[in-house]
This record gives sequence, C-alpha cells and structure tokens, in this order.
Amino acid sequence: MLKLPQLRGPTWLLALTALGSLAGCSKAVVLNPAGDVAAQQGQMVITATLLMLIIIVPVIALTLLFAWKYRQGNTEAEYDPEWHHSTTLELVIWTVPLLIIIALGAITWIGTHKLDPYRPLDRIDAQRAVPADVKPLEVQVVAMDWKWLFFYPEQGIATVNEVAAPVDRPILFKLTATSTMNAFYVPDLAGMIYAMPGMQTELNAVINKPGVFKGMSSHYSGAGFSGMTFKFHGLSNEDFAQWVQKAKTEGKPLDKGTYLNLVKPSERDPVQRFASVEEGLYDKVLNRCVEDGKMCMHHMMAIDALGGDAYMRAAGLNLPQDVCTVQNAAQVVAALETRNAPAPTTGASIRQ
Amino acid sequence: MSSETLSPSHWALGRLSWDAVPMAHEPIVLATFIAVVLGGLVVLAGITKFRLWGPLWRDWICSIDHKRIGIMYMILGLVMLLRGFADAVMMRLQQAMAFGDNMGYLPPHHYDQIFTAHGVIMIFFVAMPLVTGLMNYLVPLQIGARDVSFPFLNNFSFWMTTAGAVLVMVSLFLGEFSTSGWLALSNLGAQSPSTGLDYYIWALQIAGVGTTLSGINLIVTIIKMRAPGMSLMKMPVFTWTALCTNALIVASFPVLTAALVLMSLDRYVGTNFFTNELGGNPMLYVNLIWIWGHPEVYILVLPAFGVFSEVVATFSKKRLFGYTSMVYATVCITILSYLVWLHHFFTMGSGASVNTFFGITTMIISIPTGAKIFNWLFTMYKGRIRFELPMMWTVAFMVTFAIGGMTGVLLAVPPADFVLHNSLFLIAHFHNVIIGGVVFAMFAGINYWYPKAFGYKLDRTWGVRSFWLWLVGFWVAFTPLYVLGLMGVTRRANHFEDQSLQIWFVIAAIGAAMIAAGIGCFLIQLVVSFLKREQLRDWTGDPWDGRTLEWATSSPPPNYNFAFTPVVHEIDAWWDMKKHGYKRPLAGFQPIHMPANTGAGVVISGLSLVFGFALIWHMWLLAGVSFAAVVLAAIIHTFNYKRDFYIPASEVISTEEARTLHLARHV
Repeated sequence: MLKLPQLRGPTWLLALTALGSLAGCSKAVVLNPAGDVAAQQGQMVITATLLMLIIIVPVIALTLLFAWKYRQGNTEAEYDPEWHHSTTLELVIWTVPLLIIIALGAITWIGTHKLDPYRPLDRIDAQRAVPADVKPLEVQVVAMDWKWLFFYPEQGIATVNEVAAPVDRPILFKLTATSTMNAFYVPDLAGMIYAMPGMQTELNAVINKPGVFKGMSSHYSGAGFSGMTFKFHGLSNEDFAQWVQKAKTEGKPLDKGTYLNLVKPSERDPVQRFASVEEGLYDKVLNRCVEDGKMCMHHMMAIDALGGDAYMRAAGLNLPQDVCTVQNAAQVVAALETRNAPAPTTGASIRQ
Repeated sequence: MSSETLSPSHWALGRLSWDAVPMAHEPIVLATFIAVVLGGLVVLAGITKFRLWGPLWRDWICSIDHKRIGIMYMILGLVMLLRGFADAVMMRLQQAMAFGDNMGYLPPHHYDQIFTAHGVIMIFFVAMPLVTGLMNYLVPLQIGARDVSFPFLNNFSFWMTTAGAVLVMVSLFLGEFSTSGWLALSNLGAQSPSTGLDYYIWALQIAGVGTTLSGINLIVTIIKMRAPGMSLMKMPVFTWTALCTNALIVASFPVLTAALVLMSLDRYVGTNFFTNELGGNPMLYVNLIWIWGHPEVYILVLPAFGVFSEVVATFSKKRLFGYTSMVYATVCITILSYLVWLHHFFTMGSGASVNTFFGITTMIISIPTGAKIFNWLFTMYKGRIRFELPMMWTVAFMVTFAIGGMTGVLLAVPPADFVLHNSLFLIAHFHNVIIGGVVFAMFAGINYWYPKAFGYKLDRTWGVRSFWLWLVGFWVAFTPLYVLGLMGVTRRANHFEDQSLQIWFVIAAIGAAMIAAGIGCFLIQLVVSFLKREQLRDWTGDPWDGRTLEWATSSPPPNYNFAFTPVVHEIDAWWDMKKHGYKRPLAGFQPIHMPANTGAGVVISGLSLVFGFALIWHMWLLAGVSFAAVVLAAIIHTFNYKRDFYIPASEVISTEEARTLHLARHV
C-alpha cells in the first residue's frame, strides 16, 4: 500500500525550496530585470501564474485528498461504483477553466499588443512617460557566425560583441542576420526577438538602471553558438558619449572589405570598435548584397513586384544580363519605378 | 557536392571513406562501438546456441500478429530509450562541468550532435514506438477484434520504423549525426554539407512511412472492426484516444514528409526552398515543421490520457466519470492541436494580432485538458482506490502534469514567452509534460497490461523503487531548469561563464542519475518478474478486475484473441458482462480465419534501409539498385497468395479447453 505522505513529501518539498530560493534570489532576472519592457513581461509571468494557480492548487490538493480518502483501506469512505455523471459538476469543470482562460485571454490580448516589440515605447517606466521630444536611439544589429555586430547610425560608429545605450532613453533595435537564424536576448532589457537573414525584425526597449548586463544569442545557430555572448552597457548620457568617443578615437573605419573579413565564421571574438561605417552598409547586409555583383534583395523584389522577367522584356531589358549587378539593378528599379506606382524599396520586413 | 568526381569508386562508395569513421579519433564513440559489438555478439551467440533463429524469424520477425508487433514496438522503444537517455546523461554531465575556463569534455560539434540525437531519438524512436506499440497491442483486443485491418501493413510499418532507428544508430559509427537540433531548425538546406542532416532526413522519412501506414491501419481497424454492439460512444476511452491520435498522424505526418522532401531537394539538387538565396526562406521551414510538430505532441499525449483513463477507472473500481465529456474533450484537443503551431515561435516577430490569436487558441486547449483532469479526479471520488503500480503512476502524473500544464499555458502568453522562450524554463516545461505525461503513462501502461501480454504480473518491489526514483528524479532534474530559465539561462549552450549557475546544473545532474537508477530498477523489475513468473502468474486473464474487453480473454491471449466475437451492450463491456453473469462458451467452436505470416515486410524495410544509407553517402549506384529492389520486392509480394489460413476447430477447442482447465484449477 502506498503511503501518500511520501508522495507529497519529495515533490512539494522541492517545489517549495525552489520557490523560496527564487523569491529571495535577485538573480531571477526574468522576474526582476533592469529594463521597463522586461519588467512588464516579468509581471505578465507572475500575473498569469497566479491566475492559473486558482485552478491548479485545488486540482493538486483534491488529487491528493481523494487519493488518500478513497484508498482501499479506508472502508468508512463512501463507495459508489455507478456514480459517473453529474451535469452540475460537468458544467463546473468546463466553465471554471473557461472563465480563467477568458480572463487570461483578455490579459493576453492587451499585453501582447502593448508589449509588441515593434510598438514604439510610450513610457520609460511605470511612473514616467516618454517625453515628446525624445527620439529613440537606433541600433542596427547583425547576428553573424558567431558574433554580434552593432551599428549606431546616429553616432556613425559600430561595435562587435558590445552594445551600449543611455539609461532611460528608448532604444529601437533593428535586427537581421548574415547566415543562420539567431535570437537577440538581453534578459535585463527586454524579451528576445529573432534575427534572420534577409529579413528585419524590430525591438523597442529601454534600460532603467546603469550597469553591465548579459546578452546572448538564444536561438541555437551552430558550433560557435555558446560563445555568442555580448555585454550590454546601461550608461549615463555622459558615459555613453564617452563610450561613443572611445570608438571614434580607438576604432578603425568599417568598410566593405573589413566587413567581408569580419563576416567569416569565428568564435568568441573580443570586443571591436569601428570609428565610422561605410554609407549604406547595414542596408546592404540586410539585403544580402555586400559582395560586389550580387543583386540586392529589395531590388530583386522590386523587379518581381513590377512583373519580373516579362515586364523587363517589355521594357526592353534582358534578365539576367542587364540587371545582375547592384548598380544596374538600382538603375533599372529606379527607371521602372518612375513609370509605375511605388514599389517596395525597403528591406524585406517580415511584417506585411 | 560540387567537388565530387564521378569516378567508378564514387559511384560505388559515394563520399564514404575512412575519414568518415569517427571512432578513430573519438574515444567515447570507440568505447560505445566496442560495447555494441560485444553485446551484439553475445546476443547473436545466445540465439545460435539456443537454436532460436527459426522461431525468431517465424514467430516474431515475420509475424503479422498485432500482439507480437505491439511487443516488438515496445522493445524497440525501450532499447532506444537507453540510447536517448545516454545522450541525456552526457548533456547533463557536460553542463554540470563546463563553467569558466573548463570547457567540459564534449567539443561543440559532438555536444550539438548529442542534443540533436537525444531529441530525435526520444520523440521518434522512443515515445512513438512505445505509444504505437501500446495501441497496436490493445486496440484490437479492446474492440473485440482478432487483428488489425491490414495485418501485413502492420508488420511492414514496424520494420520501417525500426529501419529509421537503425539508420540513426549507424550515424554513430559511420559519419556523424545532425547538429541542427531535433527539428533541424538551424543550419538548414545546403548550409551544412556533412552527412548529419542526411541521416536525419532519411531516418525520419523511412520511419515516417511506417508511422503513417500504421496510422491508417489503426483508424480503419477502429472504424471497421469493432465488435457488434460497440457503437463509437461505447468504445473504451483508450481506443478513442487511439482513434484521435491516428487521425492526427494521418493528417500531420504528410506535412513532415513534404517539409523533409523540400529540404532534401535543397540538399541534393540545389533548390532554394529554405536557403537564404533566390527567394528561399527558412521561416517557411519553421512553419511547416511546427504544423507537423505541434500535433505530434498530442499524438504522443492523447494515448497517454487514454491509458490513465483506463487505469483510474479500474483501480478506483468505478466507472469513468464523464465518459462523454472525456470523448468530446479528446476530439476538441485533436482539432485544436492544428491551430496553435505558431506558439513555438512568437519571438520570430509576427505582429501582435497573429501572436494573440495563437496564444489564445493554445490556452483554449487547456480547457478540454483541464476537463480531463477533473474527470480523472471525480473518477477517484467515491471510489475504492487500490494503489497498485499503474495507479501510483497515475496519481504522480496528475500532480506532475498539472504543473507542466500550467507552465505550458504560461508560455502561451506571448509577452511571457518573449522572456521564457528558448530558455531552460521551456526545456523544463516540455519535459514536465512529456515525462510527466507520456513516460509516466507508458510505465502505468506497461505495469497494467504486462500481465495481459505475458501471463504474469510485474514485481511490485522493484516497480515501486523504479517509480519513486523516476518521480523524485524527475523533479530533482527539472526544477533547477525552471529556476535557471527564470534566471535568463537559455538552451543548447555547452558552456557558461557564470560560475554561480553551476550548483543548479549539478543538482539537475543528480536528478538525471536518479532517473538512471529508476530505469535500472525497471530493467531489474523485468528480470526479477521473469524469474519469479510462476509466483506472479495470473491464470484468470483478468488480474486487476478489469473493465474492458482485453481482460475477457486469456493472458497471454491466444493468437485469435477471442474464440467467439464478444457482443457489447454497455461502456466497459467486460465489466458489464461480468455483472450480468457472463459464462464463457465451452462448445460450438468453429475454425478461425487468420492472416498468414510473411517476410515481405522485413525484406522491403531492409532494402529501404539500404536505399536511405546509399542516399546519405551519395552512393548513386547502390541507391538505384536498392530502390529498384524495393519496388520489385513489393511487386513480388503482390503475387504471394498464401495470405491467410484457418485455425482448425480442433486447435481452438484444445486451446480453450486448456484455459477451462486452468480456470477451474486456479479460481
């Protein structure tokens, strides 16, 4: 005969120790992050959990209670082998979870829209709204095999495996990758978002505390994946200016040649800084046409959108001979566009 | 592929060369290989010594008896469990060691193969065979049939699944396995030229043929071969879950097949479906694979729910509470499981409305699932619960699964998923539902139906030891992963900088060791029970006071299952028959029409295995020959007219009289 206290013992003891250590543990970064977006997401974790515990706790308690009470040895308990239906009870067991899911669904609807990574921030933290004159700091992120390249278009610099932002200033990340899917994740800052080749995703976030925070790729991308970490620095405005200055004084320029060297697979690269960035390099990375003679994806898509091969021939041009270099493609697209309705010109955003 | 020459040796050997034998430079692989060879030799010597080749070939390998095929599926699943678990132990050791300057003992390339193999093996070659084996064994018995609808197809399905498993095992010693994760989400298409991804593709394609055919087979069996009187709403719940699971298999496995075909086109003929070039898009693959992948989860867990439904009713000595709502819940889950796949990649950056839709559909699944848990709960209510091993696993499941379900719904909330996706929290969640749901169900099922299959119960002492080691071991292994997930630690890393995390990984490794001991106790349980089989023998065929038709026949059942097809009047047909004073018929036996054994299944599957192997190594000549041989063997099989035979009435009479004698002697 099974001793039920045994059953309760180990499982529950463990669950409780785990919970206890979590509550007292500042390292549970998901529940206690340094950025407002991550904080709201962590809050969702807690809210949803509490909401579900309304039903999970009684279920577990009743399981153990019934298992104990109606054990074979307890002949005093009622035994009714034919009792197998109760409309009231059936209503309850379908309705109560339904109500909880309705509540959770409502929270999900609101939370998902409010915390959509593409949505520009409207608050810096729970108390402060974003002032009207503040423009987000734009950071363009490229996941490479197996390192991270960050462009700062406003500052004109670029860095590898280190990223920084001023405290309390909204940040707009635009992300892509060179060969394999990765996910950009700074647990203290905001939830993760995939970085994918030929596509651009976006992430809006803000850091509220100064400090150095862990960042990583959270989507497995091959042999060098485990070392694909970086540091995220939350800095005061002055420190950020200094950090930018450091890149400008110490760094080399990042041109096409340097980039093509950088893009070769490598692991656990040290931090690198670049004082300047060749014009339009990020767009070429995004559209997969940094190498000479490769047609940019947005050009290819623009030509396709205009009717592709047939349209080109109607316009008196031949595919691929006339179009298969970047310069030609740009001219052709421009020429066709002047005769047509506007075609997509930006990179292939995955949002339609 | 471009550098390949088309020399004669290439036509014969493809890209296979001595460099492809990793044993030369990997001591772990070498040791495994030696162990496998020695173990294999011992087994082969044993079979030869005891002159078992004949019986093995006639009664097992060629058998089209659903019971023997079911048992072979279970053996396949358990053997592969040992391999898959060895991978798990290696991962746990690596992650418990590799901190700071210590890079652990597995280089990334090896570690990546291990976690890929672990996932592939555990899902495709452990969970699937165990679930399919249980369905194969039980469904015909539960519906009062003598076999499945297409007995040869059943044998063929089993051997195709086994061929897939063999291919995965071959990758250990020749070439390498995929490093792309169990769904091959990374390094897609032509990006990784090694044989790993090709092993993955062909192992799954060959096994997939078996799975799909077995799905069709069981659906037809359930629809067409139920005993008279057994309307759909009088079927045992396990059979209902089997029906829904096989419907899921038939509808979803073609998607997997198609996705893998597109991927192999990328790899073999240079198309660009999933590459980054020429309009190809890896996102397409991610969508396709999860459109199959999410139903797959329910393919595994629905039969598990079925097992628990049978066990809880039998051991509470009470009819299942809310049979109708249980059935509708199962059907709801079946349909809804197609509408949730995107929740595996909320973080890919679809819009908020898309994410919300898939988040909410996912949550809705928890309603019928919750209803099921309540139904089990209220089956226990006012019952007389015997805590035999199957019931212990069931109670442990209800508690464990409730928590796993909760973390699952949590992950369905997109903003929460953004911080928990790809983290160890996610790993803890799906092990919580797959171990807590599917694995616990398999142990409940094995302990419950073992006496039916072999005529003796499993030893309780070792069963209890195994149970506690598994249950406690599970929580010790995976609670730290929940905690680490909340600390922002993500999956598939083979090294960590932060030393303070190490303690959690060490605890998890201890949990893995406990589970290893639990598996050990289970194996000892099998051996001890075999040695004590005379003590544990059950002559009645109904050792648990069961409720469904499989308990109406002897243990093990005769190869014709039922001398007379039972007539069903109620849910829980056997319980109903017992209640109304059912008397076993003792006369009037007729010859019984049965399907005949054939070796065609194993031959065609063996040739398919060769075909897959040849494609992996680009041995085009061998591939062509073996493919032609597959077609030829299939055509030859169609000319086999010895498909069936009659068991003479005299044999039926002697079998049934022996049973009458045993029943009289032991009651």
